[in-house]
Amino acid sequence: MPIKIKIDNVRKGFPTDKGHLDVIQNLDFEVADGEFVAIVGPSGCGKTTLMNIMAGFLAPDSGAVKVDGVPRLGPNRKGVLITQQGSVFPWLTVRQNLLFGLPDDLANREVLAEEYAALVGLKGFENNYPHELSGGMLKRCEIARALVVKPEILYMDEPFSALDALMSLRMQNELLRILAKEKHTVLLITHDVEEAIHLADRILVLSPRPTRIQKTFEVGIPHPRRVSSPEAQALRVDILRELGVSETI
Amino acid sequence: MKGLRNSWSSIVVAAVLVATWWLTVIYTNSFIFPTPKTVVEGTLELARDGSLWEHIGSSLMRVASGFGLAVLLAIPLGLWMGRVHGAFVTMNPIFQILRPISPIAWIPISILWFGVGNASAIYLIFIASVFPMIVQTTVGVHTIEKRFLRAANNFDVPRGKFFLQVVLPATLPQIITGMRIGLGVAWLVVVAAEMIALRSGLGYMIMDARNAGNRYDLVVAGMIIIGLIGLLLDGLMRLLENMKIVRWRYAH
Ligand SMILES: Nc1ncnc2c1ncn2[C@@H]1O[C@H](COP(=O)(O)OP(=O)(O)OP(=O)(O)O)[C@@H](O)[C@H]1O
Ligand SMILES: [Mg+2]
Repeated sequence: MPIKIKIDNVRKGFPTDKGHLDVIQNLDFEVADGEFVAIVGPSGCGKTTLMNIMAGFLAPDSGAVKVDGVPRLGPNRKGVLITQQGSVFPWLTVRQNLLFGLPDDLANREVLAEEYAALVGLKGFENNYPHELSGGMLKRCEIARALVVKPEILYMDEPFSALDALMSLRMQNELLRILAKEKHTVLLITHDVEEAIHLADRILVLSPRPTRIQKTFEVGIPHPRRVSSPEAQALRVDILRELGVSETI
Repeated sequence: MKGLRNSWSSIVVAAVLVATWWLTVIYTNSFIFPTPKTVVEGTLELARDGSLWEHIGSSLMRVASGFGLAVLLAIPLGLWMGRVHGAFVTMNPIFQILRPISPIAWIPISILWFGVGNASAIYLIFIASVFPMIVQTTVGVHTIEKRFLRAANNFDVPRGKFFLQVVLPATLPQIITGMRIGLGVAWLVVVAAEMIALRSGLGYMIMDARNAGNRYDLVVAGMIIIGLIGLLLDGLMRLLENMKIVRWRYAH
């Protein structure tokens, strides 16, 4: 597989009242085309910062992010970011949100919007406003809005963390179903190790701040995966140990 | 049900106030101060000869012109100042100085510029309502949550679409708040302007009633009508808050 994203010696810090805060320290990694990479790490280590840099919303202090070999200088529709807090426009209906990213002169835009609303189970809610939806529906709307523009890369920053366990699992399955149909390169930040094992091809464990890649795990388990399987559980224990959590059952 | 109970208690309080007013006038044997009964009779008299409707009409016309002009200027200007940093740092200090000047202080200048007549009243209404609307609109743009602007930027949409589907609707609730404040101020100012420089309108009606024979029944009638119309205008603006496109702001 060709390399889709290259993080080349990226460094980032923030000026604060107490002086300079080093957040990301010389990070280097590559993501292959069509690969699903999950990133886990302690809270506040710089995951969101890293995602913002990769999606083009934040410039690194030094180093570069290259997408298809071209340095990324700003956000564009090639890679869509799904944020931790959610960003579905509350003043647009579900349909209008899905149509937002589609060019006005695209002939089948209405059809596409309808199709993607159905894909995430929002059929019948196209004319509802976001405040009339549940938290899970809102997340699905955001994912549909990102997918409908057929981005090559999907950046997801804890997309399911605000949902309850059951809903989170359902959303994970829906995501896998969608990804089986259309290929995207995906970067997923999560604090849920089982979610990472369930979804990703590769899991990067980040260290506390200033963050670097502490360890990389390949998830060699074929889909459909069962998180309760012995190999998945063994992987989970390994990752948790890396994060400094030793499990005593 | 709750609304009904609330309006019941308002009605009771109003009734107590009117009764107190009535009893006080009778008890003090005042010759000049009207009773509620004479006020109602005076109002009916004006309504019958048609002058009441003319006065209301001219006041509303002035408010509509001055406020309408202010809306036309304030919303584009406020949006522009909200989006363009250079415009904001240049214009904002000027507006911050002009804003606290009472519209009443503008009366001599408006008479100098526009003479004694409609134009000067409309100018006063304009000057009074334009600043709060500019400020509110600008604040509205500045307080658009960053996550929405980022999401919009992520999709590379053309500027026109960005403006019409993100900036404008995101600011609309604040624009409506500004319009409510602006219309309220406009209604305050029209009465003041008509008291000083005009021959028609509710403000003129009040001054005329006093000057032409101490008709305090008509003075009080004018005041109550001004209050009621003010309430009605605010209610009209509140209807804007019920528009579907701004419901998100008030939900939850
Ligand atoms: N704009 C900023 N200015 C100053 N400090 C910042 C800024 N953004 C982030 N930080 C700091 O950088 C560190 C990393 O923040 P970041 O949001 O990337 O963490 P995170 O790994 O996503 O955490 P979480 O898992 O809790 O979401 C934190 O200590 C945060 O306080
Ligand atoms: Mg984060």
